[in-house]
Amino acid sequence: MATESAASNGSAALGTTELSIHYPNAPEPALDSVSMTVPRGCFYAVLGPNGSGKSTLLRALLGMVPHQAGQAHVFGRPVSDWDRRALAREAGVVSQSESLAFPITVRELVAMGRYPYLGALQSETPTDKEAISKAMRVCDIESLAQRFLSTLSGGEIQRTRVARALAQEPNVLLLDEPTASLDVRHEMEILELLRASVDDGMTVFLITHHLDLAARFADRLLLLDRGTVAAEGEPREVLREETLERVYEWPISVSNDPATGAPRVTPLSTSSRSSASSGSGSSSYSSGSSSSSSGSSSSSSGSSSSGSGSRP
Amino acid sequence: MKPITWAAVLGLAVVLVFLLSILLGPADLTPGQVFAALLGGGDVNDRRIVVELRAPRAVMAILVGGGLSLSGAVFQALLRNPLAEPYILGISGGAATGAVVAIALGLAASLSWALPAAAFAGALLAIFLVLRVAATADRRVDVRVLLLAGVVVGAFFTACMAFVLSISDARTVRSAVLWMMGSLAGSDWRTVWMVTLYSIPAVIALVGLARPLNLLAIGEETAGYLGADVERVKRNAYILASLLTAAGVAATGVIGFVGLIVPHSIRLLVGADYRVLLPLAFLAGAVFLTLADIVARTVLPPNEVPIGVITAFVGVPLFLLLLRRSVGAGAGSGIGA
Repeated sequence: MATESAASNGSAALGTTELSIHYPNAPEPALDSVSMTVPRGCFYAVLGPNGSGKSTLLRALLGMVPHQAGQAHVFGRPVSDWDRRALAREAGVVSQSESLAFPITVRELVAMGRYPYLGALQSETPTDKEAISKAMRVCDIESLAQRFLSTLSGGEIQRTRVARALAQEPNVLLLDEPTASLDVRHEMEILELLRASVDDGMTVFLITHHLDLAARFADRLLLLDRGTVAAEGEPREVLREETLERVYEWPISVSNDPATGAPRVTPLSTSSRSSASSGSGSSSYSSGSSSSSSGSSSSSSGSSSSGSGSRP
Repeated sequence: MKPITWAAVLGLAVVLVFLLSILLGPADLTPGQVFAALLGGGDVNDRRIVVELRAPRAVMAILVGGGLSLSGAVFQALLRNPLAEPYILGISGGAATGAVVAIALGLAASLSWALPAAAFAGALLAIFLVLRVAATADRRVDVRVLLLAGVVVGAFFTACMAFVLSISDARTVRSAVLWMMGSLAGSDWRTVWMVTLYSIPAVIALVGLARPLNLLAIGEETAGYLGADVERVKRNAYILASLLTAAGVAATGVIGFVGLIVPHSIRLLVGADYRVLLPLAFLAGAVFLTLADIVARTVLPPNEVPIGVITAFVGVPLFLLLLRRSVGAGAGSGIGA
């Protein structure tokens, strides 16, 4: 077991072995013995209900939360062995949200991505300037450079934050629901940008609630359920009706999207469930309208555990 | 204007207000007499007034004004709160308690160094207590707890001070109240040297923290992801800014508004990049306090108005003007998110 994980670490960008995290005062562990591996150059999407431990996994991978058991590693080294500056040159993060204490401009925020490369009083070198303007070009925010962040739309702010992470010139990019508030075009632009980066050799770790888009863009998926791994593997292996229904506690149909060829996940309505379900794996959930009350009560119990995992 | 232009303008202004400060005063000296005295010539009495009274006072105004402004800017970044100022974490309460005890025991009257020493000791005690209260078991400092600890420790010292004052005679109360309003009148070269030797390393170290302080403005977790050693930055910034404040308070009493208004004004003028903001805030604070001191000693001769009164009278309208202008220009206000 130990030798196997050590061998797999060699080609892994990120990984955990039996990692457990228990927040103080939380009744349940946020992560319970989670083992996962993100291979280098992989587009890796992490799915799961609210409170299933997705954000905690991201923070643990980069050493931001103390863990009780197991290990998290980055490029084969335990994360606790990494110096923060060295880690910031390898891993760029777009966290769920951040708030500004003072008004700053788009250019200033993107330039902060160069922090791990610069000395205390050193000013930007041509290399830094090039990295900053390249990141801004790629994210299409060059025209916003001198604008204050408070004057931007949600999509522009997210693109600015992605640009800051790209300005770190990282080998792995970790994003926590970066497209949650974006419209179709801006969401697709960011996902295509991530896909292109992966095709250029970058590793991407993306937390998202968009199952269809994850299936289309990601190479591998991880489905978390209350701090444990419900499924891991290629999109088609992970996005199975039985698994999704169990994890999300909602009737779900998975079909093939004729336009993209990727699996398409359709949440059904509890009342129309019996008529909408046809064929394969639906029999386990066919108790129809009578299940609606039990379904809603169990989903509320699921959301009560979200307090521990989804802290900003 | 570009930051470098601002730096040049403010640097020049420091020199000008320094000269103005040694030219003006209750004793009616001509510029010729003052410069003669500076160069070591002229009348003995003139020389004493210029070299022993006005010059150290002007230098002290530059050091303390710059120091308070700089540490105010640092506290604003550290606490992520634009309303933070150097005294927000109880330093003034600790210093005032020390000073009042020294005055009440009669030490301040007999030993010239007793008052600043006692005030400094009180400030150090407050800093230590706040840090002890705020540091959790794993030695992390939660800035919300830090703020709370500072306010509570400050309130405790204020109560101590009030107690000592309540059992003191009227003369002690008057000296204590005047000390608390701040004055540069006691500045001599020895205090100036002590404050210089003590402040300049702190100022340099704090300016060196500018880049990580910038990151703190966007949140501690993001700052960590960008490569900052957040816990160390917070701890160093708190200790250095507090010690800088303590030196100023010990030497000149509690001078308000400088540490709140000056960094804010500079932020409105040049933006929130601390690499630019910190040096400019130091220069602007120096200019501001020197000007305030000139007004304090010349507006009602032969009496001196407490300098804290002047900093508020001058600072508040000036600040409101800047705030209105920047909101009007749509550059984003410095207040709020």
